[in-house]
Amino acid sequence: MSGLQDAVDGLFARYAMAIDDDRLEDWLELFAEDCRYRIAARENVEAGLPVSVVYADGRAMLADRVSALRRANIYEAQRYRHVIGRALVEEGPPVTARAGYHVARIMREGDLMLFSAGEYRAAFDEALRIREMTVVYDNARIDTLLALPL
Amino acid sequence: MQDPSRLPAWPDAGLTRVPFEVYRDPGLYAAEQERLFRGPAWHFLCMEAELPEPGTWRTTHVGETPVIVSRDRQGALHAFENRCAHRGALICLGEGGRGRRIQCVYHAWNYDLEGNLRGVAFEGGIDGAGGMPEGFDKARHGPRKLRAAAWCGLVFGTFSPDVAGLEDWLGPEIRARLARVLGKPVRLLGRHRQMLPNNWKLYVENVKDSYHASLLHSFFATFRLNRLTQEGGVEVDESGGHHVSWSRMRTDRPNEDYEKADLRAWKEDYALADPRLIRGRDEFGDGVSLQILTVFPTFVSQQVQNALAVRQVVPKGVDRTELLWTYYGFEDDDPELAELRLLQANMVGPAGFISMEDGAVGGFVQRGAAGAAGLAGVVEMGGAGTESQRGRATETSVRGFWKAWRAVMGL
Repeated sequence: MSGLQDAVDGLFARYAMAIDDDRLEDWLELFAEDCRYRIAARENVEAGLPVSVVYADGRAMLADRVSALRRANIYEAQRYRHVIGRALVEEGPPVTARAGYHVARIMREGDLMLFSAGEYRAAFDEALRIREMTVVYDNARIDTLLALPL
Repeated sequence: MQDPSRLPAWPDAGLTRVPFEVYRDPGLYAAEQERLFRGPAWHFLCMEAELPEPGTWRTTHVGETPVIVSRDRQGALHAFENRCAHRGALICLGEGGRGRRIQCVYHAWNYDLEGNLRGVAFEGGIDGAGGMPEGFDKARHGPRKLRAAAWCGLVFGTFSPDVAGLEDWLGPEIRARLARVLGKPVRLLGRHRQMLPNNWKLYVENVKDSYHASLLHSFFATFRLNRLTQEGGVEVDESGGHHVSWSRMRTDRPNEDYEKADLRAWKEDYALADPRLIRGRDEFGDGVSLQILTVFPTFVSQQVQNALAVRQVVPKGVDRTELLWTYYGFEDDDPELAELRLLQANMVGPAGFISMEDGAVGGFVQRGAAGAAGLAGVVEMGGAGTESQRGRATETSVRGFWKAWRAVMGL
């Protein structure tokens, strides 16, 4: 179990560092081909309402999100700093995990705010790639816009 | 309160100039609360689908004023200020509730679902001591009431006893356009809340501004979801305050005006790895793939392909605005259409491929105009009037907004 715990915590660490380093293409590699990825407000998750802020059905759609950020969308330069708590891992199968996160957003001129807090709810395949990931954010409101993935 | 008439006179250029102070002046902001939000206009409160059962209520805002909107046990809609008549606390703290009475937590005064004060705790005192005076008349104390009315499942309210009824306020064109996207029983899909770093009017202007859509939102234009070369138009009602802009799918050709404008939008080598997202269904049977509608001052209805939503713009200070998105489908959606709506929700909302820029661009104006007292923005695309126009390279509906705003504000 401790090996699995370490592996899951390590995966979340790679997830966070890939986003915070602006290596979104590396971040994509952590997902299985047939993954589902959502960013959803706690308010909707708890009410059983299905809409998401970001929803990708498959890694290709997630890759489209990344290429749109690189090539189409306009947003002020910004970066994130993730802090992810130790994951609560269930061996399964499939292996599932929950982990809390804080994301600070730092704008180009250095202004920093606690942009989001919430939890990751993930399920993994045998190779410990992400099959399902729901990012449930606790903050009721999203400040200005959400460009980079949480 | 600062007298808004102390503002510099409106530039002598009709509706084609907008003084930058209108986004930054605290006295004007306070005057708006009184003259517009508590004045002669109808304001969106919620969808009827959010009050599906008799004996329920939910909280909302009209301008900065907190409001409760309810459905009584007979099914009738009511709205009243969310402010206890006693000491002014919020009567309802959460999102809403159900029952026969709504009770303030502070001293347990309670209200029926029409907003009438029904119960005062210890009204007769305790053991003959204390209590309210003999002549205290509960009927003379209560939160201010709004008139409430619904059209196509949208609940509106007004503090004004004088403004025309809701249907007259909307007018025939807006009623028909709302009926087009709200003609069947609705299924709620969820809500998103966003804080914008700008005055509320900058967001409303942005929604009315069909000119920016394919320039700022290059995702939109790249995939030909909305290009100004598509068949479409902007309709503005007589007051100027309401508008509809629309476009029809697949009616445009590569256009040299776009290439001359050197648009970011023109990226022929850029393709989606998974195009399911942009493959909409012509669910209304008229080929119109985009319909953006506003009801003055702060309501938006949106059809972006099959992503349907209403938006409520809530001022939270002269330079802070909350934007509430309520997404919906219909009860008779088949599973494929239900999933398509969830996929296409990626195009809109706080992280939307074609709407994320709108969350930031109002802040760019708010910051850009920081030292611009006495100066004015230019709103002259498509002329100086507020008439409906074919094509969307126009700011006619932005001028319409200022026409209606100035009329109600007396400026």
